[in-house]
Amino acid sequence: MTLFEEVPVTTTREIPVRRVQMRVNGETRAANIEPRLLLAHLLRNGLQLTGTHTGCDTTNCGACTVLFDGQPVKSCTMFAVQADGHEITTVEGLATASELHPIQEGFKDEHGLQCGFCTPGMMLSAKALLEENPNPTEDEVRWALSGNLCRCTGYQNIVKAVLWAAEKMRGYTPASDDAADGGGEA
Amino acid sequence: MFPSRFRYEAPSSLSEAVALLASHDDSKVLAGGQSLIPMMKLRFASPALLVDINNIPDLDQHDAQPDGGYRIGALVRHADLEKSTTLGEHQPTIAAAASLIADPIVRTRGTFVGSLCHADPQGDWASCMVALGGSIVAHGPNGRRTIPVDDFVAGPFQTVLASDEIAVEAVIPAANGSRKGGYLKLERRVGDFATAGVAVALEMSGSTVTNAGIGLTGVGSSTINAREAAAAIVGSPLGDDAINSAAEAAAAASSPRSDHRGSADYKRHVVATFVRRLLAQHQPTEAEVA
Amino acid sequence: MALDEVKIGGLGASRRRVEDNRFIRGKGNYVDDIVLPGMLHMEILRSPLAHARIASIDVSGAWAVPGVRLVLTGEMMAARNLAWMPTLSYDTQAVLATDKVRFQGQEVACVIADDPYIAKDGCEAIVVEYEPLPPIVNPQQAMAVDAPLIRDDKVNQADNKIFDWEVGDKDGTDRAFAQADVVSEIEMHYPRSHPSPIEACGSIADFDRSTSKLTVYMTTQAPHIIRAAVSLVAEIPEHMIRIISPDLGGGFGNKVPVYPGYVMSILASILTERPVKWIEDKSGNLISTGFGRDVYLKGQVAMRNDGKILGVRMHTDSDHGAFFSDAQPSKFKIGLMHSAFACYDVPTAHLTATGVYTNKAPGGVAYRCSFRVTEAMFFQERMICAAADDLGMDQAEFRRVNLVRDDDFPKRTPFGFLTDSGQYEKCLDIGLEAIGYADFKQEQEEARKRGRLLGIGISTMTEPLGAGNSREYDILGIKMFDSAELRIHMTGKAILRTGAKTQGQGHETTWAQIVAHELGIPADDIVVEEGDTDTAPFGMGTYASRSTPVAGAAVAMVSRKIRAKARKIAAHLLEASEEDVEWELGRFYVRGAQDRGVSIQECAMAAYSNVPDGMEPGLENNAYYDPPNLTWPFACYIAKVEVDPETGVWDVLHMVAVDDCGVRINPMIVEGQIMGGLTEAYAMANMQFITFDEDGNCIGSNYMDYLLPTAWETPGFELHEVVTPCPHHPIGAKGIGECATVGGPAAFVNAVMDALKHTGVRNIDMPLLPDRVHDALTTGNDVSGMPPVKTEA
Repeated sequence: MTLFEEVPVTTTREIPVRRVQMRVNGETRAANIEPRLLLAHLLRNGLQLTGTHTGCDTTNCGACTVLFDGQPVKSCTMFAVQADGHEITTVEGLATASELHPIQEGFKDEHGLQCGFCTPGMMLSAKALLEENPNPTEDEVRWALSGNLCRCTGYQNIVKAVLWAAEKMRGYTPASDDAADGGGEA
Repeated sequence: MFPSRFRYEAPSSLSEAVALLASHDDSKVLAGGQSLIPMMKLRFASPALLVDINNIPDLDQHDAQPDGGYRIGALVRHADLEKSTTLGEHQPTIAAAASLIADPIVRTRGTFVGSLCHADPQGDWASCMVALGGSIVAHGPNGRRTIPVDDFVAGPFQTVLASDEIAVEAVIPAANGSRKGGYLKLERRVGDFATAGVAVALEMSGSTVTNAGIGLTGVGSSTINAREAAAAIVGSPLGDDAINSAAEAAAAASSPRSDHRGSADYKRHVVATFVRRLLAQHQPTEAEVA
Repeated sequence: MALDEVKIGGLGASRRRVEDNRFIRGKGNYVDDIVLPGMLHMEILRSPLAHARIASIDVSGAWAVPGVRLVLTGEMMAARNLAWMPTLSYDTQAVLATDKVRFQGQEVACVIADDPYIAKDGCEAIVVEYEPLPPIVNPQQAMAVDAPLIRDDKVNQADNKIFDWEVGDKDGTDRAFAQADVVSEIEMHYPRSHPSPIEACGSIADFDRSTSKLTVYMTTQAPHIIRAAVSLVAEIPEHMIRIISPDLGGGFGNKVPVYPGYVMSILASILTERPVKWIEDKSGNLISTGFGRDVYLKGQVAMRNDGKILGVRMHTDSDHGAFFSDAQPSKFKIGLMHSAFACYDVPTAHLTATGVYTNKAPGGVAYRCSFRVTEAMFFQERMICAAADDLGMDQAEFRRVNLVRDDDFPKRTPFGFLTDSGQYEKCLDIGLEAIGYADFKQEQEEARKRGRLLGIGISTMTEPLGAGNSREYDILGIKMFDSAELRIHMTGKAILRTGAKTQGQGHETTWAQIVAHELGIPADDIVVEEGDTDTAPFGMGTYASRSTPVAGAAVAMVSRKIRAKARKIAAHLLEASEEDVEWELGRFYVRGAQDRGVSIQECAMAAYSNVPDGMEPGLENNAYYDPPNLTWPFACYIAKVEVDPETGVWDVLHMVAVDDCGVRINPMIVEGQIMGGLTEAYAMANMQFITFDEDGNCIGSNYMDYLLPTAWETPGFELHEVVTPCPHHPIGAKGIGECATVGGPAAFVNAVMDALKHTGVRNIDMPLLPDRVHDALTTGNDVSGMPPVKTEA
């Protein structure tokens, strides 16, 4: 309970509200929501997890991809009420306090992003792929990412980034050309 | 991008779900939601009540039946079929189509049965079911009934389901002999709707076709069952003449519209080409003929 | 000891990007991520019809929706003199329709509410009565004698023509054609396309009555131009306007113009005295905002039998939609179309251009392009391809005969530009070698015997990037230069601001590398800021591949000003005369005594603690850079494709890109730009276009119809590099962002045409959809893509 919550002065019609509770990036979160609220909007506006982006209206672009019980879903094409009792991972849940996820490192090292808008969805699709298939071929990566649109990179470096991460997750040190690292961190 | 208001219920049993559906004449079943939710976001659909069936147990199985048939439950996702290691040996047509449905993320959520209920003339699964002579099992207040897929669709985006009925599973009958088949789809990129698609299902005894079905996607106001095309190949091994007859009959059975995906003539031509390609895969080899 | 430049992240380092640190964590800050206290939300109601008179608008239903705070219509805008606004091409554009709607998707009303769901409910409750009028979707219809007049709002507008324009030497060209052995002719349409960044447009307007200050967070590639435009349109003093362009989810030219949604959100904030957020949906973006291309060409090349080009004629008919709002330099009505044939030694040329209004969205933006150079280079390379075929000459050989030679620079182009540097034939040779051109003819022939259709397409081009100079280039009279401001803090760390605005190009990384190169301050010690008009120096923004040529040059120049002052401080610290102080990367030293030196960081500290008598303290400066010329990168793109003769589907087997963009600041980022550009080229050649049906319905108003390729279809790319430094740019760099999008499409199309050469087909309009290719294969006829698209059964 919060100390203060403003309520509308008048309501002319009954607005259905439901209480939901879910695990988001390992934390239990609860909210009262209208059933029509899309999961993407609950994450972005309700829980302030704005790393999940919305890029289209027609379930094509995949910018809003999150993991729902470990599976990639387009969070603009689920109602938030449907997440009740389920587990969600967003881009904010990839890194720990001290360490980036290898997929995040791979995207930076291989220049797998430019404007960054598709990147969270792309990385979450990649995570689902690598958990199922730790040693994918280039074609398998391209196939697994074909529900996420990128307008900047031409995908070639995204594919390299995922393969880089796969290698690292299998315990190898991926090859990386020697160069200054912007920002002084991976 | 912002749906209208609706009431939402997520019952945990079929009987509750059916009762909820009966309680409101403007209700809709929500399974995978990968067609319904986009339509609601664009406000092409604004149901007053959504009955979410995702919490109902036992609807997420797909398996071969003792009688040789195959059953696909209402909560089986496209990805479940795509990733199945056993589906291909039982249902090659379904296995071939599974990875061509929408895109990989939509496939993790969207369902086989829900797609059939959406009754989009460009839906891939309906063609497969038509080719396989499958049925849909509907659960309503008075119990269950089985509806052959040919009778299931009432028109574009319309089925014969009553407003208080839920499609709980799809059923594919046992094959007479061994099951062969495939699916081809012309799409301009992953996730595109079919410019044209062809599903072929064969039942074969040795190299002889004992039964056949051919379903066509996106080349008519609903999914087309190309019966004459299928009839042209039954009763003998697949020869070039029979294949050509089937291809021409399938093209003749289609009634596509010209649009930005291609002219009507082109789509008919693609149908014929795909029928040829799919059937050629099952032509007996020279050794078999000898 | 001088520093290792690559180690400090200077010129030539593939420095990993600074901005990625927030993007990979989901901590980017895009407009839709910003939440202001008390913020309202706006949604737009759009016209379902392409051309119709508005009989009535009833908004009472919207006002009745609980949570709706404001409803705006054209009538209410007109009462505040805001129903129309000026465009970037000296025309007017409706903000909200008053009299007529002139394209499908035009803004008719908007609703401001507590949340966007309610705002949408409000839009749904508005009832508009339309009286339909006949729609016009191509220039032929527009110029027909009995065509309905689209712009009946304009006093002196009697027909649907916007302009006739010409450039070049008509008489000289006529003479050249009279002397030709062979004249090659070709007609084609470059279809309407859309830049379509994944993030659509949006704004949050926040008018503060107590200070009279308007702050607008906005998806804009050119915040200072927007500030000027808002000041003019909304009659708010310029110093009372602050435009903040936060992280942009791509731009590609789409986010240059002023859109009605921005203006409405501003008025809504003024009226409600609350922040108003407008986030455009994807359909709104595709159906109403700045498109690219939509130009028809009639082209002719006059040649001698030995392949030498004698002259070129071009006529273009361009379709600008309902309002002429092209974002382009004001002198040139059809952008830089006349940059065509700049890489070839063409003695004379003549271009005529006609622009028309249609019932389609306005915009005409430079979509990953310097103002119609994409059309220019595509037409050029398709004309070259057809001309070589007509002559029966090999594609590579024909180019070799006509390409400008290395020792011919500076070289005046047939339309009067001045190119200054390049190694064109070297680039061509590298490309031919990489694709295996020598063996291809035989491979092609053998494949054809087995029923397989292979083809190779070449595209070679140089294009003008980096407008100005300011004598020739302005937008609405504002000269096209750019700026940078650099402050060195006392510990030697720095902040750099420019008037450009990154949208994914990585300015935060590369600008610091230029400073590192000039001053020896490690790039990691420099923070780069852009996009806030209250803090950034004035600039024209980022589009048309002008950031590195113009703003990047300003960064180098301001660094040199800083170095000049630091030299004086160094002389003071070293107790030497300034003339005796030498510079090496990162430090000054006394000539003849290299160990007697001070670092740039020591100079910075002294600037705040120990300046010589009479010197102003501090170490900061700014620079405005007005380039003496455009930069002229060169590219050779070669695609090898296979066409399925049964379905018309084609696949890319091999794609080679050889780019010469001069000195590369960050090679990794340059390659990223090239691969992104090639992908958009492939998209336009293969699937991506907007068309219209007979009723003026827009086909391509969402991602189900407007197709962007995924990772699956997009081919892999093989990149090669040649470096010919730009002679006038301070660090020798040339523009690169758009090259592959500009030059790439012709490589793919020429390749498919090569595969189809045996049929006699000369042209298929883009995109080369399977049905178009199949149609050409079976009929042997050219295939036109001119709308309306047939939708008959």
